[in-house]
Amino acid sequence: MNYLEILRVAAPETALAVTVLMVLAVDLIVLREESVARRFGTGALVSILGCLMAAVFTFTRYGDANLLNGMLVVDPQTDFLKVVLLALAVFTVLISTSGKFTEHVGEYLALVLLATIGLMFLISAEDILMIFISLELASLSLYILTAFNKRNARSSEAALKYFLFGGMSAAFLLFGFSLLYGLSGSTNLPQIAASLAGRGLDPLLLVAIVTTVIGFGFKVAAVPFHLWAPDAYEGAPTPSAAFIASGSKVASFYILAKILTLGFAGAEGSAVWQGYVSGWTPVIAVVAALSMVLGNLTAIVQSSVKRLLAYSAIAHAGYMLLGVLANTPSSHSALLFYVITYALTVLGAFGVVTVVEAATGGDAMANFAGLSRRAPGLSLCLLVFLLSLAGIPPLAGFIGKFFLFSAVVGTDAEHLGLLWLVILAIVMSAVSFYYYLQVLKQAYVLDAAANAPAIKVPPATMFALILLAALVILLGCAPGLLLRFL
Amino acid sequence: MLAWTIYISFIGVLMLMLLPREAARAARIIALLTAIAGCVVAFAGAVQQPNPGIVTTIVKVPWIPALGANYFLAADGISLVLVVLTGLAAIAGILFSWNIEKRTKEFFAFYLALIGAVYGVFLSFDVLLLFVFYELTIIPKYFLIARWGSTRKEYGAMKLALFSFVGSHLVLIGLIATWVVARAQTGHASLDLLELSKVSFPLGFQYWVFPLVFIGFGILAGLWPFHTWAPTGHVAAPTAGSMLLAGVVMKLGAYGCLRVAMVLFPEGVRMWQNEIAALAVIGIVYGAGVALVQRDFKFVIGYSSVSHMGFVLLGLATLNTIGLSGAVLQMFSHGIIAGLLFAVVGRMVYDRTHTRDFNDLQTMQLGRRLPFAGVTFVLAGVASMGLPGFSGFVAELQVLMGAWKVFPMATLLAGVGIVVGVAYTLRALQKAFYSDTVAADKFGHDHPLEPISVPERIGAIMLIAASLIIGLFPGLLLNWIQPCLNSPLFERLLKGGSM
Repeated sequence: MNYLEILRVAAPETALAVTVLMVLAVDLIVLREESVARRFGTGALVSILGCLMAAVFTFTRYGDANLLNGMLVVDPQTDFLKVVLLALAVFTVLISTSGKFTEHVGEYLALVLLATIGLMFLISAEDILMIFISLELASLSLYILTAFNKRNARSSEAALKYFLFGGMSAAFLLFGFSLLYGLSGSTNLPQIAASLAGRGLDPLLLVAIVTTVIGFGFKVAAVPFHLWAPDAYEGAPTPSAAFIASGSKVASFYILAKILTLGFAGAEGSAVWQGYVSGWTPVIAVVAALSMVLGNLTAIVQSSVKRLLAYSAIAHAGYMLLGVLANTPSSHSALLFYVITYALTVLGAFGVVTVVEAATGGDAMANFAGLSRRAPGLSLCLLVFLLSLAGIPPLAGFIGKFFLFSAVVGTDAEHLGLLWLVILAIVMSAVSFYYYLQVLKQAYVLDAAANAPAIKVPPATMFALILLAALVILLGCAPGLLLRFL
Repeated sequence: MLAWTIYISFIGVLMLMLLPREAARAARIIALLTAIAGCVVAFAGAVQQPNPGIVTTIVKVPWIPALGANYFLAADGISLVLVVLTGLAAIAGILFSWNIEKRTKEFFAFYLALIGAVYGVFLSFDVLLLFVFYELTIIPKYFLIARWGSTRKEYGAMKLALFSFVGSHLVLIGLIATWVVARAQTGHASLDLLELSKVSFPLGFQYWVFPLVFIGFGILAGLWPFHTWAPTGHVAAPTAGSMLLAGVVMKLGAYGCLRVAMVLFPEGVRMWQNEIAALAVIGIVYGAGVALVQRDFKFVIGYSSVSHMGFVLLGLATLNTIGLSGAVLQMFSHGIIAGLLFAVVGRMVYDRTHTRDFNDLQTMQLGRRLPFAGVTFVLAGVASMGLPGFSGFVAELQVLMGAWKVFPMATLLAGVGIVVGVAYTLRALQKAFYSDTVAADKFGHDHPLEPISVPERIGAIMLIAASLIIGLFPGLLLNWIQPCLNSPLFERLLKGGSM
């Protein structure tokens, strides 16, 4: 083992780190006097090239590796997820390019890439210290991205709220991790599980489970740790919110599932109806049920589309937690399918909101009135994204739900013990249809104010949105394309 | 070949989307040609079908191997009947919405998307695929009503969409549970209707999953007490919308009940047979009774749909060959007749007079001023009452004959429903067209009403002819339906029946 070996395994992340420096340097040295749009264009180009480079490195790596006792683990699945994260970063950059929320273009793009690096390391970590460090790198970048609209007080407020909640959650997480280390004498997840095996559920382990769930509950915005999400989504510049809702979610869910299934192996317990055994699955079941119910019911009364998407994200986190607690190979791949398609969809939805916000000055429902006339292509994309979130076939959201729910029910085919959670999820997703339809009603049924001009969609954004919408349709019609990587 | 009914409709949608915004006339013509092409394909495919008794595969390719789902389109006689119905209803709907001027191309794009999805449901023999098409109908329905409807359109549209969505989610719960149980039992994942129909599900499972799926589909079939979307939805919808809702969308629900719920869970049906029959009869009598006291012309037709769909559900509950074939025939017959009735109310009367209130209509002497509408309504009303010679008669007669063997009491009550049906039809006919009340000249009697246009005449004649032909030669459709019911697919369902 030498440093060259580390560099080889971490080539994608390294490439991205170099890109960060280049973006900063180009913006600082060459583009200082140019217009914001010009700087965004050039900066985005450099960032996207860097992401492509990183993706190429990911694909051309040979041999799986596990460096420094789980600090950096790569296998085909982590590779694929890293490419997904890079793609999400590219889409985020594309929908940011028309942004007018900042003059600090280089810093903004660099922070998006830094967050991506953090998330990529997170995916590769099987060591609780490394998990914590990469999570912090990602989180700190996201806090700043939230605060990026300096002229808007709500943006600062949102960032502060996000930061304070995030700091708390990090403290909880670290506390739980320290207990885990104390119990097992190791920071490596499989080793922790091995040394905990057979000891039963001692109270310290229970505390460690609960604090870990709390820590990640904040990250994935699950009830009752969700309070930051609506404010952060609403106040943050919309592209930042899009990245928080998509990229951060993919990595957080992957790592949460990894910690629980690898690190707490043997302490699962059971959330089966009338067959409850304590462990981490019942904890997750409670959090999931609360998220689905509260997220969906609260979303109904929202008038801001970004807040609506935030509450719907809470509800979706609830569905995804079902995939975590089912804990079988098929539920694991169903979870990844769901979270990836969700990320693509929600990124697209936020992309549409970005454009509408720029053109009409707000993200209230009424700002979407008559969108189908003012921007037919844009509203068609919105239709695809929101219907996919609602779970209408043949879009990716529906197939994702079908995979996820059938895998969850299938874990106990004998007694259908987890059916109660799935019934709750399906009933709640029927509720969600109502509020998604409210937005679409504005776009397709109501008329815009008289002489409202057509909305010009920036070409880069339109390109990203069309690509995302096509992906959502394609993955719904032919889910096998994605499923075979998971 | 029949698969092209689906593809043609969606190609039509694409062509309409590419049209410039102002090209209303081109949009109409494209929509009409698409619908005609679909109908021709439906007829040709149906006639070519070698043996309607067996399920003939049209296309079957793996779709999602992990779930055992195939892209599996096929047809048997029952599908053929409904596909042909869809073809006819699609053409008629377009002819009766020739006067849509507001955002014409979008109207017809949603319309054709709905038609394409309906064809898809009737031709799917993979449960997941059927579900996909079934849900695909919800969105066009919502926009057609919310955008182009009339009375309380947004409320009616949302109500319909939510009822449909809740219903289809009940089905989804049942579907997932069925998939899991079948996989545990057979050892491999499958969503193929033909394979699933061979699995013997445990009785305890059938006991709860059958009502779930049956009610899920039944909501869309106007099953009492989940019918409340139907009157409001029909009234709020534009004419073509209500024609499709009553004509084919309600049939989707009944078709799902028969094709999925009853075929997969035959023991479940037997456990709940009496309850279904009871709900069906309540629907028949209640729908007819409420139709009798409406002031709004369109509500009369809306509630009459609930009543007539009750016959379909009653026929399904009989579990004997004659009752089931009556039920399928009634789906066809009601699809034609309800379409015609809504066309008269919505297009011929409301679009010209801008009122549907009987108190206003009875001062207008429409029978004299719109003789074609009057005559059409007389014929449609006669067909709706179930007079011999029209399709409604053979269908309802078969349902009642089937039901008489199993539930004599319920059959008598359903007979009462028919009598009330005669009453409300005659009342509507008299008040709307042939009243001699003379009142204050509030609406300008001598103000000439726009004459009945050519598309309307063609549409009306087409639908009346269809109802008459089936009334006089019911064998045309029964030759498709009955061999199906004797096929292996329905064997488990009918073997314990009283025939």
